[in-house]
Amino acid sequence: MRVTLKLFARLRDIAGTPEMTRDIEAGATVRTLWQQFAAEFPEVASYERSISTAVNADYARMDRVLTDGDEVAFLPPVSGG
Amino acid sequence: MKTPLLAIGSAPLALDALIAAVADRADATGSDGAVATFLGLVRNHNVGRRVHHLEYEAYDPLALRAFERINAEIQVRWPDVRLALHHRTGKIEIGGASVAIAAASPHRGHAFSACRYAIERVKQIAPVWKREFFDGGDVWIEGATADPDDEQALAEAERLACV
Repeated sequence: MRVTLKLFARLRDIAGTPEMTRDIEAGATVRTLWQQFAAEFPEVASYERSISTAVNADYARMDRVLTDGDEVAFLPPVSGG
Repeated sequence: MKTPLLAIGSAPLALDALIAAVADRADATGSDGAVATFLGLVRNHNVGRRVHHLEYEAYDPLALRAFERINAEIQVRWPDVRLALHHRTGKIEIGGASVAIAAASPHRGHAFSACRYAIERVKQIAPVWKREFFDGGDVWIEGATADPDDEQALAEAERLACV
């Protein structure tokens, strides 16, 4: 399965891109994808407990099971306003 | 063009347009007793740093969903309020407006509360980030973990809005 990963703010800077595609195993969750991402970019490890996530532009939990074509976003702590 | 009630984008904000949008009630013309407004501005200092400008980034489609959610939360608490909420993205100079909110209601108390509640919830859950450019560098500002179901955050927003 292939999913699109969207990155924002400092996570985007660390990865050097706002968007990437990644292959994942069937049954993989948002957490699986995060662990894969953190393995690739160890600098993001400190965000493990503070990020929130979205799937297909709606808030989602880390245990959400992904399907082919999903758009997954990792959101560092927000600072709008 | 009709001003949308909820919006995010790079266009400069116009509070007048938001006030007009919430006043335009097809169902209850003339019933409003108050419009409370809030304009968030880019400030020239932050934690002892001299700020040059800010750059805002957002996950636009989720930000709109967040605004819809905030509006729905407001409808539960103050059913007579009509809310408009616009957030700006991109580079904003000192003194420029980053967020504009207008809340109309038959009652001033509801209008004030809804307006305050809206900005607190934006800060808690909207997927928007500011990058601060200051004397000597720049930094992404990181505040709250965006969790719309966080009961503690909801309670804090209600407390600040004097629910």
